[in-house]
Amino acid sequence: MVKVELTPHLFTFFPDLKGRQLLVAAGTVAEVVRKLDEIAPGIGFYICDERGSLRTHVNIFIGENRVGDRQRLTDAVPEGSRVYIMQALSGG
Amino acid sequence: MNASSDRILVGTRKGTFALERRSKQQWRPALLGHAGVVVNFVVRDPGTDTLWAALGHGHWGAKLSRSRDAGKTWQDAPQITYPEGARYLDMPPGADPGQAKPAFKSAKLQKLWSIAFGPLGRMYVGTIPGGLFVSDDAGESFALNLPLWNHESRGGDLFQGEGSGVSHWFGTPASEGEFAPGIHSIAIDPRNPDRLLVAISTAGVLETTDGGKTWRSRNRGLVMDYLPDPNAEWGHDPHYLELCPAQPDHVWQQNHCGVFYSSDGAATWKKVSQPTCGVHFGFPVAVDAEQGKTAWVVPGKSDMQRTTVDGGLFVARSNDGGESWQALRNGLPQQDAYDVVYRHALDNSGDTLAFGSTTGNLYVSEDRGESWQSVGNNLPPIYSVRFA
Repeated sequence: MVKVELTPHLFTFFPDLKGRQLLVAAGTVAEVVRKLDEIAPGIGFYICDERGSLRTHVNIFIGENRVGDRQRLTDAVPEGSRVYIMQALSGG
Repeated sequence: MNASSDRILVGTRKGTFALERRSKQQWRPALLGHAGVVVNFVVRDPGTDTLWAALGHGHWGAKLSRSRDAGKTWQDAPQITYPEGARYLDMPPGADPGQAKPAFKSAKLQKLWSIAFGPLGRMYVGTIPGGLFVSDDAGESFALNLPLWNHESRGGDLFQGEGSGVSHWFGTPASEGEFAPGIHSIAIDPRNPDRLLVAISTAGVLETTDGGKTWRSRNRGLVMDYLPDPNAEWGHDPHYLELCPAQPDHVWQQNHCGVFYSSDGAATWKKVSQPTCGVHFGFPVAVDAEQGKTAWVVPGKSDMQRTTVDGGLFVARSNDGGESWQALRNGLPQQDAYDVVYRHALDNSGDTLAFGSTTGNLYVSEDRGESWQSVGNNLPPIYSVRFA
């Protein structure tokens, strides 16, 4: 299983996720997003656009490594790893 | 006196507000929802009483939000997405349509910009990059109108191939991210809901008379001052278009290149700017619900400055199809005011008018613009003002 952690900003739109441990069975980042969308319908379209690409100002880390494939999210997610979905800090 | 609505929905850069009339000339704004979120447009569906808001999350993309309890609570609505394979020809600013090498772009939703309602659960949403989305179930699902998306003026059907390779549609600075066209005006003919006018920055006006199966240009008489051929069929920049509900052949548009009026359903346009009165550049126009020759604009000073004319804020009204204009300044600041009023931020209901500015000021008139009162200051930049 993969443990998913979200920026608290997303709890504004998906309050039921707040305080909940999110464990999903997934082998890639794309699968993580898909499983998360099954838990919280609609959240996938917050994280990715309609082509499945990561939105410009969103970042995903697998452990301490930033996701490499932002277009198709094919990066492997090892069993037992942590995935962080966060807002990209774009300055300001 | 015509009856007016007592509630106004206001979309701002930082949330949705409601402006309510407590008693005559007593209006008060209050935050209604979406705190901190860009609200491009917020409007009530008169058929279902549902409120709809077109949101632009900085991080999370464009989202439709709706409320079925007059704004007490909001929920994400079924979302609009461009279908797989939807592409458009990228025409960068300044490109010559005859010379530019086309670049194909995959279409993704950049911005929800305008919303309109027809009868029997029909709903339209205008978006950037230039797609008109249609719902026939009151917003439970949406589909891209393909005849407009694949219009020959835009290069034809790019789902199947490379089309003509030339698009006469350009973009708008209102696009967030990539420079792309935007549908900001959707006008439905009350006599025939299969007849629609849409206005696009930057392309012009298109009309359908068969419910969106076919579209044709409605730009005859428009002139522009930024292309070599000022009378070209395409490339126009209507900033906003509205028709008169009781006299739908009377159509107005505030264009980048002046104010234009049509008395024949947009078949032909006549430039009715009056620069000596300050009436030329601006974004919004509001048309009287009964008298098609009556309209209001909020003039700005030239496309180069885009501020008030000489620091004085005023509304201009014509009662004769643009033959003459009256500057209405009573109650509006006439010194050191630099308010800009965007295309969706002026509206009318009966004898009442309201508008909001990018400097966060809200003004209401209950006498057709003769006098104004300031009813809100220090609000976030205002993008949309609509009577509910």
